[in-house]
Amino acid sequence: MSESIIPESELEEVELYHPKSWWTEKVFSQDAKLIAIQYGLTAFAIGFVALVLSWFMRIQIAFPEMAIISEGTYYQFITMHGMIMVVYLLTALFLGAFGNYMIPLMVGARDMVFPYLNMISYWTYLISVLVLFVSFFTPGGPTGAGWTLYPPQAILGGTPGQETGIILMLVSLCIFIVGFTMGGLNYVITILQARTRGMTLMRMPLTIWGIFTATVLALFAFPALFVSAVMMLFDKLLMTSFFMPALVEFGENLTYGGGSPILFQHLFWFFGHPEVYIVALPAFGIVSDLISIHARKNIFGFRMMVWAIVGIGALSFIVWAHHMYVSGMNPYFGFFFATTTLIIAVPTALKVYNWILTLWKGNIHLTIPMLFCLGFIVTFLNGGLTGLFLGNVIVDVPLSDTYFVVAHFHMVMGIAPVLVILGAIYHWYPLITGKMLHDGMGRFHFWVTFVGSYLIYFPMHYLGFIGIPRRYYEMGQTEALYTSSAADLNIFITVAALAVGFAQLVFIFNVFWSAKNGQVAEKNPWNATSLEWRTPEQPPIHGNFGKELPVVYRWAYDYSVPGAEDDFIPQDVPNEKVTLAEGYSELGVEKT
Amino acid sequence: MVPFILLIIIIGSVLFHLYTPWYSTPIASNWSSIDSTIELTFAMTGAVYVLVLGFMTYCVIKFRSTKNRKADYEPESKKAEVVLTVLTTIGVAGLLAPGLIVWDDYVSPPEEAMPIEAMGQQWYWNFRLPGEDGILGTTDARNISADNPFGMNENDPNGKDDILIEGDTLHLEHDKPVKFLLRSIDVLHNFYVPQFRAKMDLVPGMVTFYWIRPTVTGIYEILCAELCGVGHHAMRGEVQVDEASDYQEWLSDQLTFEAIQEQAMLEKDNKLALSKSN
Repeated sequence: MSESIIPESELEEVELYHPKSWWTEKVFSQDAKLIAIQYGLTAFAIGFVALVLSWFMRIQIAFPEMAIISEGTYYQFITMHGMIMVVYLLTALFLGAFGNYMIPLMVGARDMVFPYLNMISYWTYLISVLVLFVSFFTPGGPTGAGWTLYPPQAILGGTPGQETGIILMLVSLCIFIVGFTMGGLNYVITILQARTRGMTLMRMPLTIWGIFTATVLALFAFPALFVSAVMMLFDKLLMTSFFMPALVEFGENLTYGGGSPILFQHLFWFFGHPEVYIVALPAFGIVSDLISIHARKNIFGFRMMVWAIVGIGALSFIVWAHHMYVSGMNPYFGFFFATTTLIIAVPTALKVYNWILTLWKGNIHLTIPMLFCLGFIVTFLNGGLTGLFLGNVIVDVPLSDTYFVVAHFHMVMGIAPVLVILGAIYHWYPLITGKMLHDGMGRFHFWVTFVGSYLIYFPMHYLGFIGIPRRYYEMGQTEALYTSSAADLNIFITVAALAVGFAQLVFIFNVFWSAKNGQVAEKNPWNATSLEWRTPEQPPIHGNFGKELPVVYRWAYDYSVPGAEDDFIPQDVPNEKVTLAEGYSELGVEKT
Repeated sequence: MVPFILLIIIIGSVLFHLYTPWYSTPIASNWSSIDSTIELTFAMTGAVYVLVLGFMTYCVIKFRSTKNRKADYEPESKKAEVVLTVLTTIGVAGLLAPGLIVWDDYVSPPEEAMPIEAMGQQWYWNFRLPGEDGILGTTDARNISADNPFGMNENDPNGKDDILIEGDTLHLEHDKPVKFLLRSIDVLHNFYVPQFRAKMDLVPGMVTFYWIRPTVTGIYEILCAELCGVGHHAMRGEVQVDEASDYQEWLSDQLTFEAIQEQAMLEKDNKLALSKSN
């Protein structure tokens, strides 16, 4: 891409906070990179709890006669598994961990614009995780209302954890949102205000575009969850009736009256659907960059990719009620929401095409990050296409609330984004630790995770066609639906799930083992162009860049530029400093 | 190895779909149009899946890094993007249009459909038929008591002849359309019979609906499809679709609200008389 004039810097640099003790350097750090690692480790720790819960659930589903857990425990585990994975793991990882690490480095800033607030954001997040975790040990245990927490059930006696579990869940969500808002404002303002000279918006890598748009979505969406959590707390503790109509609990007439359970669902999904894209958009961005780097080719249709991210983000606010087609809302909403939902498929499909067109005529290195990208495309395409079933209102009717839904959303917003996270960790681990992750363990981890997850979720869709509802502790005597072959399929799925779980243990071992014993990484081992690899030290130190901030002359995708000797030109290298290949007088111009 | 595994995934997925032993139960209602939209969606998405992943696998084979390989430099191609956008939009519209037509049918019960109430509570089903006047009487959750488990409004004349079924089996007449009116007295539930392909949530505080026409006689299981507490998976009921004569026979055995009330009065009087005579 051609050069433009580099503007003068508008502001003088501000001195960063210098830690005065071990505590302020290593624990209460204001360095976005350390905060990112704190976010990441906390998210993985609580995510591991959710993973272990899923093993118990799978064993129960496959071997109901063993009754490894009780009904109440089963519903508590599905609830905690879902909420932890969606909010406390995926959201925190993409925005808290990747956002903090990558934003300042990739836009050429020394740190976030509000480092102190950034630090508070992490510690608030940690408190929310602890409050949630404590609910396992309270009387009655954590809530078993399902991660959607639908009232009236969530706060009534037929649901486990209605004593304290539900209260702690709602309080924890509120704390999480407070912490996120501090971090989120920081990410947005840093991206808008602290980019280095020459880093125009259209020169930002797609990773940053994804994180930026997702953060804006989250800032608009989380307040809806916040108010619904507060209102439900009032219904539970103060006997208000926001979501509670007149009803009877096991023969006893309660004093509630006049509230609307469906109002909660609207508020919840007004948050909940953008939440899907809060997880997906950073994954889209990161995977675009990884594919481009490891295929040594510019991302195909960069501008289209940016507008697709922004467009999907905007549309994600007007599709929420496709989660409610059979909720009893006005049936005429179905026409509107089915239409908007299927419209959103168009920019999403374009992104998939562009990833593959980036591979076309590329120079594809099948590194571990690239393998994870390929795995992402397979699972995301699969999950995206099953979204066309569920988004099309009438097709949703027989499939809603069945295992088809479980398979769909795990494929599209569980497995696909997690494959990106894992690929991104293999990609940036050398930057963060200065070591390479062990290749053999990495490849084992990839194949078991990818193929195993596909074997879990692809056949699971068909259980939904039979009509098996989700969230069933056991199928019981349902011969017409639940044949012995369906029971066998559940055993197969459980075995695959346990294998995938085991592979994650290998990954965790690899992360810790390689930090100590891994091969020392060369500088910029993947020959990437973006600024995070252009720091004087690897791993980068506090302040990121040397005395002078880098100046950006080009977009992040100058791979295999005709006329350049190397197959990549870093963003901070001006044209006149590019070593030309033999036979070229300047970039793109052959000698005559 | 990578393209090989990708190929196995593509071909394996298609074969799995063609030969799966796990697929929709035989349909027993008028909603075969829903099954057709599913088949249409499968055909279109399946084709896209195979084409896109096939192309990706081809790229991985053809453009894999070798010593002297250099990637092309091609920032964007307007033409390719426009063509792909248009094709995708046409495909999506092709799925949406028939889907919305069937949905319109689904939310428009025919005039002659008989209203039948399915009432859910943790964790069982009750039913109410409109009786001879064809109209269901009004109800209110506040009226519910041990003597009035349906919460019937005793002052509503339309409710007198309502037939109350305090059991988990509902009979339907073969080929007669019914409009299910769904009511919950405690939490959310969902009235789902897989063989009918239809479902809808029950929401306390309001009445929801859907309609079907049962087309095959037999006994079908009702499953609750909306999490409703620890007994959710055990909240079952049965729908039995009968020929007209069997249906009438069953119907004549059921009691109306009025009859149940009179019975209760009689019992009360008897008790009173009994206690007086003591």
